Amino acid sequence: MTTPLISAHEVHRDYPLSGSAVHAVRGVSLDVMPGEYVAIVGPSGCGKSTLLNLLGAIDRPTTGSITIDGTAVSALPDRDATKFRLMSVGFVFQRFYLLPVLTARENVELPMAEAKVSVADRRARARELLGYVGLAERSEHRPSELSGGEQQRVAIARALANRPTVLLADEPTGELDAKTGSDVIALFDRLNRDGMTILVVTHDEKLAGAARRVVHMLDGRVVRDEPLLRRA
Amino acid sequence: MRLQLAILSLRRHVSRTLLAMLGVTVSAAMLLDMVMLATGMRESFSSLLGRNGFTIRVSPRGTLPFDSEATIARAGDAIAQMKAVAGVTAVAPVLGTTIHALGSAEPVTAFALGIDPAVQGDYELLSGAEPAAGDALVASDALLRATSKAVGDTLDVAIGFDPQLRTYAGRRRLVISGRARFLYLSETDRAAAMQLATVQAMGGTQRADRASLFMVRTAPNVDPEQARAAIERALPRVTALSTAGAVAEAEKRLSYFRQLAFILGAVSLGVGFLLVTTIVTVSVNERIGEIAVMRAIGVSRLHIVQQIVIEGIGLSLAGAVSGLLLGLVTARYLNSILSAFPGLPDAIDFFLFQPSAAFRALGLLVASGIAAGVYPSWRAASLPISTTLREEAVG
Repeated sequence: MTTPLISAHEVHRDYPLSGSAVHAVRGVSLDVMPGEYVAIVGPSGCGKSTLLNLLGAIDRPTTGSITIDGTAVSALPDRDATKFRLMSVGFVFQRFYLLPVLTARENVELPMAEAKVSVADRRARARELLGYVGLAERSEHRPSELSGGEQQRVAIARALANRPTVLLADEPTGELDAKTGSDVIALFDRLNRDGMTILVVTHDEKLAGAARRVVHMLDGRVVRDEPLLRRA
Repeated sequence: MRLQLAILSLRRHVSRTLLAMLGVTVSAAMLLDMVMLATGMRESFSSLLGRNGFTIRVSPRGTLPFDSEATIARAGDAIAQMKAVAGVTAVAPVLGTTIHALGSAEPVTAFALGIDPAVQGDYELLSGAEPAAGDALVASDALLRATSKAVGDTLDVAIGFDPQLRTYAGRRRLVISGRARFLYLSETDRAAAMQLATVQAMGGTQRADRASLFMVRTAPNVDPEQARAAIERALPRVTALSTAGAVAEAEKRLSYFRQLAFILGAVSLGVGFLLVTTIVTVSVNERIGEIAVMRAIGVSRLHIVQQIVIEGIGLSLAGAVSGLLLGLVTARYLNSILSAFPGLPDAIDFFLFQPSAAFRALGLLVASGIAAGVYPSWRAASLPISTTLREEAVG
């Protein structure tokens, strides 16, 4: 039997608000196998993004445990959690969040520089990744000189820089038009076919439809977890 | 990459960065000037007193050199007694007086010193010769201009003037043997120096065998303080002051200057610190989202702090370097204004550049730049990532 790559058990996340608490995530348990492509869907405010942040170790559960690739990320101190995010998790955000002062190549190199990869190696890897996302010719452009779809593809290349074990994406097509959104969906599909485990939070039915499994959330709980038919 | 990011971040708002740098420049220049003012007078006074190797000044009991018109009687005996003190290598007597140069329509009044040309420390000869003969004198350029005389000319000089009888006493014709720059006087002061015996003789019984002051040289291996104490023991009618003591005395009198300089320097440093803090804080607040993303993708808190601190250092360092240049220019200008104050020796500088003090002050400014960057960067790097990203997304 295959061991889950991601295992969340009875995860709760409460936020204090004006003396009371907002229960953003309420007792979510979820296993994700290596190579899975999971879409987390649900209405706004249902806790999808909070769950994604918990799985990516940028937030900590109030109670419950999360294990990724054998590491209990919910118990990691800040320094170790930072290193874990750097080496094991790739993040893609709705608003791309590239550093505007850096070129596309430099943005992709940033996590590698942080991981102390040599200049030559990170340059080669950035070139390879920008080629993978179809932006080899745009490597020396700054984000302001790129379209939204191109920026999101650079952000995906950045997320892949340190060869993470899982790619987490929060509404990656939320700021894109239908055409560029489709390009990103196709890219995710290719990544998954190449073996990358992907968790994506989305409202986009096309993106959710491209996933192999869809987890439905409502009021901080998983209400339905359905595998989709694997496409040819 | 942190350095690159810091530079690029500073270049993101060029005009704002330049204005902040200009502010730090002015602040650094003022800080430097205040440091130069606080130490300059003391150092240049100390250097002035230390010229020619004289380490002790001996004046009439209870007075400072040339603080009053009091003189020391039996100067010859005093010289002999001082020379007998262990460690004393030379004694230079000085008798100050007012002289009147006659011969032109209006007599020219000047300050004159009776000295021993062999061991004097009051002037530097610019041209001509020392007043080796009893009828010779050296004169300052201001006196030569006022009397329209030159080296080699003869000057009709008197020491005393009776205003009721309108007559001059102690008149002599002296040959101008040289031009001199008087170290303890200003360039505009009319001054002359001649042999001590000449001044004593011209001054009559009032000045016979008297001196206003003795300058004493000690051997290099002798503690001037010990020699000073020995002189006071040997000559109870005098006050002996070592150079260190004179500098301490001068420091007491200059304490207002130092306090003023210290306060203004501290204000400059504070302004520079607040300026850099403000700019860095504004810059950090603009980039809260970026910082949260950097944290999310695994950039450590320490590295974010370092990057922003580098920005603070960059601002304050660039400001400090240009402030150094501006400070030197303004100090020179201010020095020229203050040095024109009547009666001040030429050799006294109000603003004296001392590399160690200047670099300490500018180092302090750069340190304040580091401090200015640490708080806002640490605060930004410590914000909860998920909350910050959510707020940025909503914003």
